[in-house]
Amino acid sequence: MSRFSLHDMALDPQRLLAALRQPDCGGYVTFEGTVRNHNHGRAVQRLEYEAFAPLAVREGERILAEACARFGLERAYCAHRVGSLEIGAIAVWVGVAAVHRGEAFDACRYIIDHVKHSVPIWKKEHYQDGDSGWVNCEHCAAAAEVPRAAHPHRHE
Amino acid sequence: MSAAELYGLVLAGGRSTRMQRDKAGLPYGGKPQLARAMELVAPLVSRAFVSVRPDQLHDPQRTAYGLIADLQPDLGPLAGIQAAQRAHPQVAWLVLACDLPFLRAATLQHLIEQRATGRLATAYRSQFDGQPEPLCAIYEPASRDSLQRWIDQGQRCPRAWLASAEVALLDLPESRALDNINTADEYAAANAELAAAQPQRRLQVRYFALLREQAGRGSEALQTVASTPQELYAQLQRERGLKLAPQYLRVAVNDEFGEWQQPLHDGDTVAFLPPVAGG
Repeated sequence: MSRFSLHDMALDPQRLLAALRQPDCGGYVTFEGTVRNHNHGRAVQRLEYEAFAPLAVREGERILAEACARFGLERAYCAHRVGSLEIGAIAVWVGVAAVHRGEAFDACRYIIDHVKHSVPIWKKEHYQDGDSGWVNCEHCAAAAEVPRAAHPHRHE
Repeated sequence: MSAAELYGLVLAGGRSTRMQRDKAGLPYGGKPQLARAMELVAPLVSRAFVSVRPDQLHDPQRTAYGLIADLQPDLGPLAGIQAAQRAHPQVAWLVLACDLPFLRAATLQHLIEQRATGRLATAYRSQFDGQPEPLCAIYEPASRDSLQRWIDQGQRCPRAWLASAEVALLDLPESRALDNINTADEYAAANAELAAAQPQRRLQVRYFALLREQAGRGSEALQTVASTPQELYAQLQRERGLKLAPQYLRVAVNDEFGEWQQPLHDGDTVAFLPPVAGG
C-alpha cells in the first residue's frame, strides 16, 4: 500500500490507525482535518476536492519519505479525500509513529503543512448563498496582474 | 594577406513605412524577426551588432543587443554600413537585413565559405534581376573608402555601388532565401507558410479545478507548434480563454513537476496547476 492515498469514500480513522500501531513504537500522533461550516466569514455548505492523482500520490510520497528521514519515524501515512464532502467529514488524515513523542508531534505538523502547500489537490467551497469559489485561485486572474509580493498566499 | 575578422551587422533602423509597424518586432512563429536574425548570424561571426537610428538607442526591442547608431540621417542602409565601418574599421562586416524570414543559416554559411577577401565585397545575385543583393553580403575593410566616396557623391543605393565596384557575386543556394517582406499581406502569407513548415507536436493537455472550468473540459488532445509549456500556455490563454496568470501556476509534464521552458516532445502530457488547496 502506498503511504499517501486518495479516497473517494469516507475515511475510517480506526482502520487507518490500525495500520500505524505496532509494538516497536511508543509515540503516535494523528491529525484529522475536517470540513468547517464557515470560511472568511462566509457560511459553507460543502466542499468539493479534486486531485491530479498520479502526481498527488508521487508528491505525497515524497513528503512522507522526507519526513521519515528527517524525524527518524518508523511509519507515516497520509490519506486525502476527493469528491464532495459535507460539513464535519474528514478531508485529510495524517498519522505518524515514532519511538518517542517529540519527533512524532513535529513530524505530523511537518507533513500536513507540506501536503497543503505542494500536493496538487484543489478545493471548491460551496456557500450557503449558492455561490462557490476555488480556494486560493479566485484572486489569480490574469487581468488582475497582482505582483507576487502582494499575493496573499504562498506558492512554490 | 590574411582575411580580416568577420563581424555581423543586422539592419534594424528602417522606417517600416509600408508595413506601418516596426518590422524588427514582427514575430514569425512567435519570435520577433530581429531576434531570429541575430540568432542566425551571431554563431557565424566574432561579434554581432544591431544597426539602429539614434532615436532607437533606447528601444526595448533593441537594447538587448550591441547597438551601432547611424551617424548620418537619410542614407538608408548605407548609413548602417558606414557607421559600423567607422566603429570597427579593421573588420569585415556581414551585413544582413532583419526582414528576411526565409533566410537560413546555410545561405549565410555559403556566403562566408565563398567570401572573396581580395575583393571589396562578396554578395549574392538577385534571382529576379541578376543584380547584387546588398543586404545579405560581406563588406571587406577595403570597401570603406570606396563606399564613403559613393556617399559623398550623393549616392544612396548600395546595390548600385556593388554593381559598380570590384566585388564577387554568388548564385543563391536557396532560391527564396532573400525574399523580403514589406507589406502586411506579404507578412501574413510568409507567417502562414513558416507556421505550416514548423514541426507540430501532438500533446495531451489536462486541466484542473478553476482552469478545467475555464477551459470547459478536463483534457484534450491537440496538435501545436508550441515547443515549451510557456508557449503552450500562451496559446491556450488565447484559444481557451484561460484567465489565470502563468506566474501563479506550476507546470507538470508527464505526471512530474516540470519547467516552463523545458522542451516539449511529441506525445507529452502537459498540465497547468492552479494554486493548490489540499487539507
